[in-house]
Amino acid sequence: MVEEAPVAAAAPILSVKDLEISYGGQKALSGVNLEILENEIFGIIGPANAGKTSFLKAINRMDIFTPGMQVRGDITFAGHNVKHLKNVYALRSAIGVVFPLPVGLPMTIYDNVALAPRLRGVKSKVDLDIIVEHCLARAALWDEVKDRLNSLGSLLSGGQQQRLTIARALSQEPILLMLDEFSIAVDPVTTMRIEDVLKELKQEMTIILVTNLVQQANRLADRTAFFLEGSCVEINDTQSLFCGGATDQRTTDYIEGRFG
Amino acid sequence: MNHPVTTDFDRRDRDWYMDKLVQLVVFVSGISAIVFVIGIFIFITKEGMGFILDTMDPVEFFTSPYWEPSDEDAPEYGILALIAGTASVTGLALLVSIPFSLGAAVFIGEFSTGKTREFLKILIELLAAIPSVVWGFIGLTIMNPLIIDIFDVPVGLSVLNAGIILGLMTAPIMTSIAEDALKAVPDRYREAAEAMGATRWQVIFKVVFPAAKNGLLGAVLLGVGRGFGETMAVLLATGHSVNIPHSIFDPVRALTATIAAELGETAVGSDHYQALFTIGIFLFAITFIINLTADLVVRGVRNG
Ligand SMILES: Nc1ncnc2c1ncn2[C@@H]1O[C@H](COP(=O)(O)OP(=O)(O)O)[C@@H](O)[C@H]1O
Ligand SMILES: [Mg+2]
Repeated sequence: MVEEAPVAAAAPILSVKDLEISYGGQKALSGVNLEILENEIFGIIGPANAGKTSFLKAINRMDIFTPGMQVRGDITFAGHNVKHLKNVYALRSAIGVVFPLPVGLPMTIYDNVALAPRLRGVKSKVDLDIIVEHCLARAALWDEVKDRLNSLGSLLSGGQQQRLTIARALSQEPILLMLDEFSIAVDPVTTMRIEDVLKELKQEMTIILVTNLVQQANRLADRTAFFLEGSCVEINDTQSLFCGGATDQRTTDYIEGRFG
Repeated sequence: MNHPVTTDFDRRDRDWYMDKLVQLVVFVSGISAIVFVIGIFIFITKEGMGFILDTMDPVEFFTSPYWEPSDEDAPEYGILALIAGTASVTGLALLVSIPFSLGAAVFIGEFSTGKTREFLKILIELLAAIPSVVWGFIGLTIMNPLIIDIFDVPVGLSVLNAGIILGLMTAPIMTSIAEDALKAVPDRYREAAEAMGATRWQVIFKVVFPAAKNGLLGAVLLGVGRGFGETMAVLLATGHSVNIPHSIFDPVRALTATIAAELGETAVGSDHYQALFTIGIFLFAITFIINLTADLVVRGVRNG
């Protein structure tokens, strides 16, 4: 996967300039300028309707199928302006997405994880077997499902389905993994397991972690952005943010649970 | 004010009686549907029973291609040709209606939005409401000369004609059901697949169709049931001649059309009359099985 320059750690994989998102003329997010570095976990916190999900949708061009959604400004991912791509499907294959509610597709566990490889043309059963086992193992789910790979993915428990979703995202061999409040329907134990998985994955890919749990950002993110009511209030080192170093009073208030 | 909280938990008020009344009405309507179906079944069975018990040779009935009930000396009651007629027309109709309705359902359900979608849905419902005699008339007056012209055949009333007519006729209702099935697939499945980089077609073929397969299969089965039961259109478009077809240009005769055409001319209680009712029982059984299967399939009992 990412095996270019050995000192790649500080190169921005994603840069966002003057991003503005609106739905049918109604502004949902504006004035976002930021850069996300390779192999970092970039946390985004903020109350409901801050525009966090819209931000993620703009990155992988899911706006195309969202009626009324309009994106202005420039998003450059891996050197390409996503607005002018000739093949958005290729962009999306390079970005794994995990939604707030787990989505086990109504097919077998095996097929769930084999779907993305199959879409990109992997046919050999041996190769698929390897990918499926590898991805399920990395998502900390293999041991629980290895004996029932042929049962329906949609019948797993919520926490298992969320790990299945992560395994499916990994099967895309993504450069960027975006998680949108993944722990909303997941029990605390599974949440911790997934958090450990993310720490591992960071070695190989960039992660954007939108989270409803302020402490989750604190535990995982290298840097954290605070979104509020359609704007990006602050971007800061997670450590300084949580050690009283926030530059905006609203950030401090939110982190300390005084509103939202 | 009107509903003071009371601790008199044994007092039955108007709402309580209203609730009981509604329950009763619903129960009676539900029961009456069942009563009608059973009543009809008993009636046709009673009318056909004499023939089944006395005259009928079951082997001959199902395997002889000769249907000559009005022969004075040696009437023949073989429905093989009629079964072949119904089956060939229904089969061809499915070849027409499955691609049509699936395509239409995908277009309406997956590609059109807002007003276009509503308009198309209304149009489909409208098409489904066209009386079958109108379709038969189209077969007789438009398709017939068209087939003669295009294929240079002597008659245009044939399996081909009736198959196309029946296919077009069943397509709207199949479209409607198939579209419901597609709509029942939650959007988050599509979103998840799209986010993975699947194209629209990949989403439809790899995710939506497999998720909707029960409903889609149910739509097809209901189309089959409709084809077997359809009378007027096939009566007009098949050419109505007893014949095991060797090509799609052969005229045939359907089970239903036979009953419709002959029942008025038979003496009540005669062998011929009873034989027609036996065909009725057969049709009843077939459509019942098909509809039941469709129903079970739609509900997804397949996992069993
Ligand atoms: N599909 C949509 N159509 C119209 N408005 C939307 C849509 N999705 C989100 N919005 C609006 O955009 C704003 C930001 O929403 P969202 O990005 O989902 O916020 P968050 O993920 O932070 O809760 C909200 O005010 C929401 O009502
Ligand atoms: Mg959200």
